[in-house]
Amino acid sequence: MARNIWQDNRLNPPELTLAQRILQINWLLLILVSLIALIGLAMLYSAANGSWSPWAVRQAIRFAMALALCIAVAIVDIRFWLRWAYLSYAISMTLLIGVEVMGEIGMGAQRWIDLGLIRLQPSELMKISLVLALARYFHGRTYDEIGQIRFLLMPLLAITAPVILVLRQPDLGTALMLVMGGATIFFLAGVRLWKFGIVGVLSLASVPIAWQFLRDYQKKRVLTFLDPESDPLGAGYHILQSKIALGSGGTWGKGFLQGSQSHLNFLPEKQTDFIFTMLAEELGMIGGLALIGLYMLVIAYGFIITLRCRNRFGRLNACGMTTSLFLYVFINIAMVMGLLPVVGVPLPLISYGGTVMLTVMIGLGFVINAYIHRDLEIPRRTDET
Amino acid sequence: MNRSADLDNHRMVTRRTLLLGGGQLMLFGALASRLYYLQVIEADKYQLLSEDNQFNLELLPPIRGRILDRHGMPLADNQDNFRVEIVSEQTGNVMTTLNKLQSIIDIPEHEIRRVLRDVKRKRSFVPVTVIENLGREEISRVAANTPYLPGIKIEVGRSRRYSFGTEAVHVTGYVAAVSESELTGDPILELPDFRIGKSGIEKTYDLPMRGNAGQRQVEVNALGRIIRKMPGNQGEPGADITLTIDMRLQKFAHNRLERGEGRWLSRDNRQAQEAVEKASPSIRNQLQNRPKILINQKGQAVAPESGGVVVMDIHTGAVLSLVSAPGFDPNKFSNGLSANDWEGLLSNPRTPLNNKSIAGQYSPGSTFKMIVCLAAMEAGLATANTRISCTGHVDVGDTRFHCWHRIGHGELDMIGAIEQSCDVYLYEIAKKVGIDRINAMAHRFGLGEISGIDLSGERRGLIPSREWKLATLGTRWQVGETMNTGIGQGFVLATPLQLATMTARLANGGLAINPHIIAAHGVINDIPNMGLNAANLAVIRKSMRAVTMGARGTARKAALKIPDWEMAGKTGTVQVRRISLAERKAGITKNADRRWRDRDHALFVAFAPYDAPRYAIAVVVEHGGSGSSVAAPIARDVIAELHRLNPLGNRDQAGRAGLPTGRKG
Repeated sequence: MARNIWQDNRLNPPELTLAQRILQINWLLLILVSLIALIGLAMLYSAANGSWSPWAVRQAIRFAMALALCIAVAIVDIRFWLRWAYLSYAISMTLLIGVEVMGEIGMGAQRWIDLGLIRLQPSELMKISLVLALARYFHGRTYDEIGQIRFLLMPLLAITAPVILVLRQPDLGTALMLVMGGATIFFLAGVRLWKFGIVGVLSLASVPIAWQFLRDYQKKRVLTFLDPESDPLGAGYHILQSKIALGSGGTWGKGFLQGSQSHLNFLPEKQTDFIFTMLAEELGMIGGLALIGLYMLVIAYGFIITLRCRNRFGRLNACGMTTSLFLYVFINIAMVMGLLPVVGVPLPLISYGGTVMLTVMIGLGFVINAYIHRDLEIPRRTDET
Repeated sequence: MNRSADLDNHRMVTRRTLLLGGGQLMLFGALASRLYYLQVIEADKYQLLSEDNQFNLELLPPIRGRILDRHGMPLADNQDNFRVEIVSEQTGNVMTTLNKLQSIIDIPEHEIRRVLRDVKRKRSFVPVTVIENLGREEISRVAANTPYLPGIKIEVGRSRRYSFGTEAVHVTGYVAAVSESELTGDPILELPDFRIGKSGIEKTYDLPMRGNAGQRQVEVNALGRIIRKMPGNQGEPGADITLTIDMRLQKFAHNRLERGEGRWLSRDNRQAQEAVEKASPSIRNQLQNRPKILINQKGQAVAPESGGVVVMDIHTGAVLSLVSAPGFDPNKFSNGLSANDWEGLLSNPRTPLNNKSIAGQYSPGSTFKMIVCLAAMEAGLATANTRISCTGHVDVGDTRFHCWHRIGHGELDMIGAIEQSCDVYLYEIAKKVGIDRINAMAHRFGLGEISGIDLSGERRGLIPSREWKLATLGTRWQVGETMNTGIGQGFVLATPLQLATMTARLANGGLAINPHIIAAHGVINDIPNMGLNAANLAVIRKSMRAVTMGARGTARKAALKIPDWEMAGKTGTVQVRRISLAERKAGITKNADRRWRDRDHALFVAFAPYDAPRYAIAVVVEHGGSGSSVAAPIARDVIAELHRLNPLGNRDQAGRAGLPTGRKG
């Protein structure tokens, strides 16, 4: 094993060559991810009534690109990412402000920058940058420092600033994911539990105030989530139709391409946010559980890597990115099953759309990156190297 | 670097990582159990809901039963109704396509505007009807051009057709769109092109003729677009209704009544054109939709006569024709009557919507005299030989009751009195008999009673009595009123159907037949005998024969000129309005000089043939003038037509075997 060579010779393992890093790539993880993506392609094929166009082909190209990007991210030296973490945050923040300003001036609701095949959403980019920046910050703090509140002010601000911008767009789903992703890093970095308790209580207390800031349609979504049957043809329509489609699938499903509810358009957004419903309608509980199982394996992998990684930056990265993926999957599936309000979070690797695919694959890149550099010890301060 | 703190730190991170991973695992577990809950435990419920979503029940309207005359000729049936529809999603530009269509067939501008409005309102795949009721030729023109008319479809539906329209409308009635108040919750009534019977047989037999709707399931998508049609049950067509009506006779009687004493001239005729120019606006209005112009004997354009004719089989009560003029075109109601047409029907002074044969109530006048004489004979107060002298009037107290014949008839027996329709004779008889016996006898002949014929809107007429007068007018009955009743004037009212029934019961030897119009109600074996003295009835029949055949008979000019086939009848001329003294002085005593609505009603009841009666007829010509010169000739011509058509065939009549029945020559 390559690891033995390093341990025998020095305290710190030698620099890895590019070839060694490629060898270290966690191919099983990539295979699992590709499997999920393939299921996604099959579902998009079905959503188009058995046609590769318009969705499946484009999605396949995107996945290929995202996979390449993932590997690229993975094999870059982890210290490079450490060095550029803050800059990446700064760039994301600038883009986010830029979109916000453009939105004010221009058409209004545009949240993205057009890059041809992919529409880049700064808020998605921010999900990565925030994890990177927080990971770097906490990498540089000792356990004692983390115990002091003054060291927590900067990272709190780093979370709050983009969240406010995203909320203004308004994108409740992304804002929630940023908050929860950030909180995960805080938690893992060793922020004392009672502080979470206080923040939790404060958040609950601020719910009535936050309610005032929600847009009408967001309020409606929350209300219809609480009682979807109250308005079956209006705002509750999506949840109700989704549950009908899903429930009617039964244990074994109606068969591939046979989902009557999805294909007769009772199911809204079947190629994006509600694709899991279509999968569960056509492939039944067995299909749904299989997909959830695949996601669980990927996420479990992420956690194993987190545990295996010896440097803090990589560990926080791996765990942050994995949690980010988990949040996507959980919120989406819980949403289409009526467990959470419809907040517009797609199912990563399955839903049609480039941005989330890119975010998730880059995130996985960082997880693999942490695995490749799992034994590398990185000093607290970059200037110490 | 503090090694132990670092170690603690590392342990803490491991612990928290495991905690986080465990938490996420649990949440995934929650997802899995939710999936199990929805897809296994609640699967049946959602299965049902999904089918609810996916399948709509489509009703297939049943084919409405036909209305047939006694020989199977359809009076009301269903015809294919071709319509052109446009589906906006299949056509590039709706306006361009409509313009192209307009160059092929004629479409009014306001229809185009309606189509454009509908196209905007409805979903793009929902067809919008452009035009309905197209002829075969127009349809083939559209069909030939379909390659150039994207989105244009030809659809075929069914619409009700009344081949005889106006002539039978008061029998058939009509169908029209279901109104709000007629909705019963039966979904079939809510189909857009469903029609419901509004009057006549269409109304009475609406349910059996409706049949049962078929249904099938159609698979629809979320927008309601039909994806697939499943086979379903086709339903049951409605039952055909066969009537006792002979449509040939009905048609003849209707036209004969309308013609009255006039003749139809072509609109090209110069005399007709001049007459129309001189005619009043009301008459011009009434002639507006007619292909020809009706000219009276003075060469004036006149409105067609209005009134009723009822012809009946005296042995069964089967109604062979039931005419009410003017009629109206029921075909127009099927596709929605225009406001203009509706206004026209309502404003017509001759009330075309009113079925005069069953709902028109007229004083029977002299046609009532048989009842009075029969009542007297049955009571033993008079015989055929009872002689009374007519001096032209009778004085009762201060009131003088005139005979229509001002100088008097001299001495008459009962047959002569009816032959010449002497009023004085009847005044005296009525006085003797009294109102109570007259009332009772009238009721036995169906007067003042609902016959129960299967048509809606039948009226009861009125036979006055002491109790009735006290209850309605609050005053006591006067002898003078008995005398007025004796000549069928005053309070007495009867419908043409009742008069025909009365005549039939006189002619058939006192069997209480009831009129019916549905063939299935056919021969009724036990027709109750009214228990009248046959000899007395024979006197009445004989007197009625004298009316047409006697040397002084009031209808002798209208005698039927068929050997061995005599018509016996009774005229009636009913004063509608008293001629005032001023008018008498001004010389306006003749009927024709008065306004139409002030003129006398002309009535005639008859049966034929005299020797072996088969048919009874009642004719009422509203404000037609005299019974003898207007109503009697109509009855005679209808009876001649009966003889020619022989609608009942040559079968022996019950109890009439051996007597001459069939046609001769």
